[in-house]
Amino acid sequence: MDFALIIALMPGVLASALRFATPIAIGAYSGVLCERAAVINIAIEGMMLVAAMVGDLVMLYTGNIWLGVIGGMLASGLLAILHGVLCINFKTDQIISGTVINIFAIGITGFAYRRFLATPTLTRPIPSTLQPIHIPFLAQIPILGDVLFQNRPIVYIMLILTFVLQYVLFKTPWGLRTRAVGEHPLAADTLGIDVYKVRHINVFLGGLVAGLGGVWFSLEQVGHFDMLMTNGKGFIGLAAMIFGKWTPVGSFIAALIFGLPEAIQITMNFYFPHVPYQFLSMIPYVLTMIVLAGVVGQAIPPAADGQPYDKQ
Amino acid sequence: MTKPPALEARGITKAFPGVLANDHVDLRLAQGEIHALLGENGAGKTTLMNILYGLYQQDEGQVFIGGQEVDIHSPNEAIAHGIGMVHQHFMLIPVMTVAENIMLGVEPRTARSRWLGFIGQLDYRRVESRVRELSSQHSLEVDPTALVQTLSVGAQQRVEIMKALYRQARILILDEPTAVLTPQESEELFQIMRSLAERGTSIIFITHKLKEVFAVADRITVMRNGQVVGSTTPEQATEQQLASMMVGREVLLRLSKAPAHPKEAVLSLENLSVNDDRGQKAVREVTLRVRAGEILGIAGVQGNGQTELVEALTGLRPIALGQVRIGEKTLKETSPRQIMEQGVGHIPEDRQKRGLVLRYSVEDNLVLCTYYQRPFAKGLIIQHEAIEENARRLIEEFDIRTPSARTPAGTLSGGNQQKVIVARELSRPIKLLIAAQPTRGLDVGSIEFLHRRLIEQRDAGYAVLLVSAELDEILALSDRIAVMYKGEIIDTLPAEQATREEIGLLMAGVGGHKTSPARQPVEVN
Ligand SMILES: Nc1ncnc2c1ncn2[C@@H]1O[C@H](COP(=O)(O)OP(=O)(O)OP(=O)(O)O)[C@@H](O)[C@H]1O
Ligand SMILES: [Mg+2]
Repeated sequence: MDFALIIALMPGVLASALRFATPIAIGAYSGVLCERAAVINIAIEGMMLVAAMVGDLVMLYTGNIWLGVIGGMLASGLLAILHGVLCINFKTDQIISGTVINIFAIGITGFAYRRFLATPTLTRPIPSTLQPIHIPFLAQIPILGDVLFQNRPIVYIMLILTFVLQYVLFKTPWGLRTRAVGEHPLAADTLGIDVYKVRHINVFLGGLVAGLGGVWFSLEQVGHFDMLMTNGKGFIGLAAMIFGKWTPVGSFIAALIFGLPEAIQITMNFYFPHVPYQFLSMIPYVLTMIVLAGVVGQAIPPAADGQPYDKQ
Repeated sequence: MTKPPALEARGITKAFPGVLANDHVDLRLAQGEIHALLGENGAGKTTLMNILYGLYQQDEGQVFIGGQEVDIHSPNEAIAHGIGMVHQHFMLIPVMTVAENIMLGVEPRTARSRWLGFIGQLDYRRVESRVRELSSQHSLEVDPTALVQTLSVGAQQRVEIMKALYRQARILILDEPTAVLTPQESEELFQIMRSLAERGTSIIFITHKLKEVFAVADRITVMRNGQVVGSTTPEQATEQQLASMMVGREVLLRLSKAPAHPKEAVLSLENLSVNDDRGQKAVREVTLRVRAGEILGIAGVQGNGQTELVEALTGLRPIALGQVRIGEKTLKETSPRQIMEQGVGHIPEDRQKRGLVLRYSVEDNLVLCTYYQRPFAKGLIIQHEAIEENARRLIEEFDIRTPSARTPAGTLSGGNQQKVIVARELSRPIKLLIAAQPTRGLDVGSIEFLHRRLIEQRDAGYAVLLVSAELDEILALSDRIAVMYKGEIIDTLPAEQATREEIGLLMAGVGGHKTSPARQPVEVN
């Protein structure tokens, strides 16, 4: 392989790594929001899938991509409310509630796809994806400009969200309460904090965020909904969250590590078609399994993670 | 008319499934008074306090603050009425700093970001300076930047008090604050309480230690079975009287015991060293023996390696160096269950973390060590009848106050949780009992009972290793006393020769063989 070629390909690979990291990072943020308040959310995958479908549907019927984004997020938020009520008020097993939502998501999106989206009677707007935004001046910076400042909107939102969430979680009253509720809900309760309210708000916000990750697939990357198009990225997001020790910045870095092999694979396919691509595309999933098996470092979840709170 | 009481409860009644925890309770707390609340385990003290603090709602009865009737539905409202509470089991978040624990719920934001509301920036500096101010005002030593999990129990308690002061509490509820403190720490707490009371704070102080009542209280109220049985002052009462009032019968505050007849060594430690969580040596080359038929007491200020020593002996912590023998067997990477099956009973220091599964029922907790053996299991099948029968017997024998055997252990009163553990450990065939702070949180009647049991076990040929921060308990029970200081056993004395003063000095690291230049490990026999 040619060294100069590799150097020349670098910015492109990095830019697409960032792109592929986007839904993973957003999924991880959704997980961080929920689990910091001690609600485990394995339904992120399902929420993303539903958001991707609803996003496309809304775009199809309104002709507006951004309305699609909002519609997808709200649909996911609705599922999150369901998950919250089941886990927080009814103290359903959180894994079971999450699994049920995931199964429901596969069913409903499959149905909607065949019924409305596979052969639509309406036409999608052109273009039917969110378009890249070149940030003036910054986009001209060599390499950095190509990687960071010529992206599509959800990538930017993800980047901003990383820092906003990091700040909110560790520097604000809301974050302090969220973490308190996730560590020792009874202690928070004795200081007059409404444990249920904090948990509900966080889970709902987590749902909205997961929805943003979902519409990335249909409205930013592809331009329409495909069956099962989220492809396990929600679960990989959870692995990134653990890898990132339940912090937004850590999750972001983890998501980049998960996104990089995919980006390399795409580039390799293009320039070196004789290398079997299957090996590279396996990497994120293998990494996920390794992380979830607890091999990489000791990750300590919030102390009350997954435990319902009994109010007297 | 004189000043209205700071707080008055009238006819408070509260029922839980199967128990009347409070039965028309009246309590008057005068302005600036330290009011001791006594009562046996399960008498309803904590329940009453939780009602005043808004954690529980009373079924009947009224609460008055400064003469005004108030409705308290949540801790928020209690705080707004100037009530602060230090709970029997601490309410601190270990992974957060002191400042974060203190400001939680009343977080100040920086001036610049106040408009952002809940996502404004936390003003750590303001909290820290306010904490330092209160700290010097009340001589309450608290470092706001420390991480709670690194603090000693005494320091954590000061953080709890600081939480109340930070919220400008004028009525302070202290639920068994001294249960986990060393004598020095308790004395410091009393200083703090006195100075707070002088400045007008009214304090409700719950304790099982009668001496403390005489040391700080202005008034005393005694509860039994959910009812107030009387109210008096320290001048009018004696320890013996209070004890009888609490329990409803005569209590022997001092037990007599016959001399020990020790036999072969059951537990032997040779140069045992154990590391703490940070990998520092917490136990240093300890050599000692506990023989069948004797009680060896380990005295020492908490945090001198006793916890790590006990954890190593029960298989909860690896042995760094040296040897432990139980009977003929040498422990080496032995699991807690294998140690248990060697005939070792363990009453752990932290009953909620290590002693019980709080969500499990009392009857299940009573067979936690033996559920897989006959008669509680036949093959893979659990024998519920045997478990129920076992629970019925132990609840009766150990006087565990619980609505039923099926009640989750976590809802029992603190002292009754402790009795569940004691009953479980003493009811199975053991030859060595390792008891760490076994009477922490127990009422005088239960302490008498437990002490009597320990002496009986000894006379029946058990070896008992007793670790206690209560000097009185060590002196009352031990046949030999080993004093632990900075991870070493600095001296071992026969109990009949030991005096309070001498042990007290040794606990502070003054004197002892180990301080001699030779630094030879002392063979204890
Ligand atoms: N949350 C609860 N659910 C059910 N029963 C409870 C609950 N809290 C307390 N009880 C019961 O109420 C009674 C009084 O308990 P409480 O904790 O007030 O006793 P206490 O006087 O504080 O005892 P201790 O000295 O052991 O702490 C006990 O019988 C206990 O089992
Ligand atoms: Mg109590």
